[in-house]
Amino acid sequence: MNIVNFTPITAFTGGLIIGLAVILFFVFNGRSVGISGIASNFLISKNNRMENFLFLVGLIIAPIVYKLITQKEINISISNSLLLLAIAGLLVGAGTRISGGCTSGHGISGIGRLSLRSIVATVTFMIVGILTVLIKNII
Amino acid sequence: MSRVVSLISGIIFGVGLTVSQMINPAKVLGFLNISDDWDPSLAFVMIGALIVSSPFFHLFKNNKKPVFADNFSYSNNKKLNKKLIIGSSLFGAGWGLAGLCPGPAIASLALLNTSSVIFVITMFIGFYLSELTYNNKL
Repeated sequence: MNIVNFTPITAFTGGLIIGLAVILFFVFNGRSVGISGIASNFLISKNNRMENFLFLVGLIIAPIVYKLITQKEINISISNSLLLLAIAGLLVGAGTRISGGCTSGHGISGIGRLSLRSIVATVTFMIVGILTVLIKNII
Repeated sequence: MSRVVSLISGIIFGVGLTVSQMINPAKVLGFLNISDDWDPSLAFVMIGALIVSSPFFHLFKNNKKPVFADNFSYSNNKKLNKKLIIGSSLFGAGWGLAGLCPGPAIASLALLNTSSVIFVITMFIGFYLSELTYNNKL
């Protein structure tokens, strides 16, 4: 194993900012942030639909806000195989809805509340994610 | 007011994803590539988020109500069941394939690339199909 591209300071700072959003949503609205929950409930449930919609709008405009504040470009590198992206999208959508959370819902809010269920979910999706990348490397 | 808080929370959350570069699937795949060239950044994002937020869950859980809502409404589900393991495994497989999870995928729509759009559309189809079949609530 070699450690590469490690950006501990921006990662930690970004994490603190994410934590701030989690606090606001909890203290003011009484809800724990989970993006898969917010997005799938926006689609499926009438409860809090406007709240969920506005959270998603905020999430989408956030990179634009970041650009305006910092005047920095955002570089991302993403697969351009549309078939792979479509399969991954279906798996992520179905999987997070079935298990009731994603990296934020289980990984941050759930672990923050010391929910055993979320700890088990996070360990599971991390192990399967690591194995998936390992298999991709071999193929 | 809860709507304003939702919008602001979404913006702050997305700015955090952008600052931490978690909006970039290459960073996420670097974290999952533990056996080869490993990028531990994602762990630092989670640690940062947990350090600030977890005390608040404990400080406020005995409060009667949040500021702009009638009650706290997070999941109290404690069941460790097949659904949790199957769902998390499916999610982990998709996450490892594309390096995208729901938050970064939705935030990256702002960058207007076809890949993010395809992923988000199919993710919403995934939400719907699992609700229709596995959760059987529609």
